[in-house]
Amino acid sequence: MQRLSLAGLAVLLHVLWADRREIIGPRLRDGAITLGILHRLEDLPVGWSDTAQEAAQYRVVPRADSARFGHVTGPLSWKRWLFLPEEVLFRAVRDDQDGGFTLSATPTAPLRAFLGVRGCDLAAIAIQDRIFAHDPAYCARREATLIIAINCLEPGGTCFCASMETGPQARGAFDLRLTEWLDAGTPSYLVESGSAAGRKLLARLPIEACTPEDQARVEQALAQAATRMGRQLDTGGLAERLAARPGHRHWQQVAARCLSCANCTLVCPTCFCSTIEDRTDLSGTTAERVRRWDSCFDLEHSYIVGGNVRADPAARYRQWLLHKLAYWHTQFGTSGCTGCGRCITWCPVGIDLTVEAAAVAGSEA
Amino acid sequence: MNATPGGADPALWLPEPWRIERVRRELSDTFTLELQPTAGGAPLRFLPGQFNMLYAFGLGEVPISISGDPEADGPLVHTIRAVGPVTEAMRRLVPGDVLGVRGPFGSCWPVSGAEAEGCDLVIVAGGVGLAPLRPAILHVLRHRQRFGQVCIFYGARTPADILYRHELRRWRGQFDLLVDVTVDRATQDWAGRVGVVPRLVEGGGYDPQHTLALVCGPEIMMRHTARALLARGVRRERIHVSMERNMKCAVGLCGHCQFGPHFVCRDGPVFRFDVIEALMTVDGL
Ligand SMILES: Cc1cc2nc3c(=O)[nH]c(=O)nc-3n(C[C@H](O)[C@H](O)[C@H](O)COP(=O)(O)OP(=O)(O)OC[C@H]3O[C@@H](n4cnc5c(N)ncnc54)[C@H](O)[C@@H]3O)c2cc1C
Ligand code: SF4
Ligand code: SF4
Ligand code: FES
Repeated sequence: MQRLSLAGLAVLLHVLWADRREIIGPRLRDGAITLGILHRLEDLPVGWSDTAQEAAQYRVVPRADSARFGHVTGPLSWKRWLFLPEEVLFRAVRDDQDGGFTLSATPTAPLRAFLGVRGCDLAAIAIQDRIFAHDPAYCARREATLIIAINCLEPGGTCFCASMETGPQARGAFDLRLTEWLDAGTPSYLVESGSAAGRKLLARLPIEACTPEDQARVEQALAQAATRMGRQLDTGGLAERLAARPGHRHWQQVAARCLSCANCTLVCPTCFCSTIEDRTDLSGTTAERVRRWDSCFDLEHSYIVGGNVRADPAARYRQWLLHKLAYWHTQFGTSGCTGCGRCITWCPVGIDLTVEAAAVAGSEA
Repeated sequence: MNATPGGADPALWLPEPWRIERVRRELSDTFTLELQPTAGGAPLRFLPGQFNMLYAFGLGEVPISISGDPEADGPLVHTIRAVGPVTEAMRRLVPGDVLGVRGPFGSCWPVSGAEAEGCDLVIVAGGVGLAPLRPAILHVLRHRQRFGQVCIFYGARTPADILYRHELRRWRGQFDLLVDVTVDRATQDWAGRVGVVPRLVEGGGYDPQHTLALVCGPEIMMRHTARALLARGVRRERIHVSMERNMKCAVGLCGHCQFGPHFVCRDGPVFRFDVIEALMTVDGL
């Protein structure tokens, strides 16, 4: 572990820009911590916090210090830069000669760095890596992306990464990992590398040595953070109990409140459903196939000739929750939930996954 | 770089152009296409029960089972019922037109494995559900001596909806096949059976202890057929059914075909009944 001063953080950004990387990171916009392109160091949300999240409640408030990463997760997640909300899968041109067609696919994969990826979101990226392991466009973008993770010392009100074992320490596939440390309100950054690319990057930065005491302080702060999660979920035997109870009366009780608005699936960093749209130009000689984010809350999602399989909103909520917390294990060997809390915060009627899952898992019927 | 995902497949989304060689009208709304690769490439290798994604230029892509002979080097065969915009457009295609083909995908009927060797086969189809079973039937006919009794039970809504009518008649004339056809609603010219397919299963003609059953049709028909087979003593793990769900990708990443923990496109469409029996009893899964 080494240390980077605030000026050192600026050098990190400049080194990335010099490498022609676009930097995506947290920004304050429209009263929320969102993610977007950073053009200057000052674009980071200096002295702002959004940790006081609750079901259907989100607010950004000033901090007493000048922390750059003193917030948690806002409505956006990194998936929109890897699994794009809309993407052309191929273009097709009709061949006048023989009625056939020629296809072309040109996935875009700009060089990027993600700055400030938290444990929950790092886990979400690892999950989507498995889902899209063969998708050429996803893989190209993923390989062009450098990940600079950040440890969480101040979890938010809807966070439960400790339950899902994805945080508050960022673990897994990062290139660099930062911990923001405040001394008398001024931040500096403890930094570790997690890959060869990360080590190379580190070698170009004005790093300072850090003491074993610094390291111990970080570890202690992380251990403390794990005890201050706003939510928790008992995952022991959870998948089995949920999957065994598709007829539980609680599904109807949630459905009575659920608006089927799909907010939860849009903010969720692991949700991967997509639909396809085919378009042609007016002359009908060129066509394109477009993939767009979809949601299992959409009635059409389960359409087959003869009817929609999940016509009942209760069946759709059940699909979302069982997929996340039960079926995902069978499909991908991991939970589909990282405990980021977004779906709780951004549900307009405050439906809380941790509460609903516990209600179904807690009683037989 | 940090960990990179393995094995990007550049062709994952790209249909290959295949040219229609022949069109056969089967029923008022159902037709069969025979296709050859435009690039003069090799025939498509597939297993009975697998499907392709067929792309109609600019209109859409739909999952359609392969209906040809898996061991012949002939054309790629698809039997399609026109039910919506994409399949309607396919009905208007004529020889020389081109379709996009992506595949083959999915699991298969276990007719070539050791578990089928020497046992009786009960093949049960409803409506256009005979199309995905045709390759299995053709395989069985080719290797007839490997099996015991072979029963084909088929149900259609009306006599006018009987698919592969001539072929069924030919199979029926074969001494080593038991072919029985029933319709839900008879018309005046129908002298055959009236009633639902599970009835035919109840009639027997096979040794339940040594039977492998392949069932394809509407979900409710498959449920009732499975129940009839179980009632006669066929073991649940020896019954196979083919599921249908909305499909957009066929490669396990659009999420649309989920059926409990299964992706129908990848883990199915053919499932062992005991694996999905509990799921089939839940409404709206
Ligand atoms: C594994 C599998 C094998 C199939 N094999 C055959 C076959 O051999 N012959 C045949 O005629 N039909 C088959 N079907 C059904 C066929 O895919 C649908 O009838 C077709 O998708 C309808 O598309 P459409 O655009 O014409 O109609 P619409 O009703 O407008 O459908 C719109 C869209 O919904 C989806 N969709 C609708 N119905 C289905 C469905 N039943 N299954 C999957 N997606 C659906 C498709 O994406 C389709 O483009 C099969 C389905 C599956 C899943
Ligand atoms: S869930 Fe954990 S890792 Fe994610 S923002 Fe909250 S504290 Fe940080
Ligand atoms: S289900 Fe909710 S808490 Fe879990 S990863 Fe998705 S948005 Fe986050
Ligand atoms: S069809 Fe897309 S996941 Fe199965």
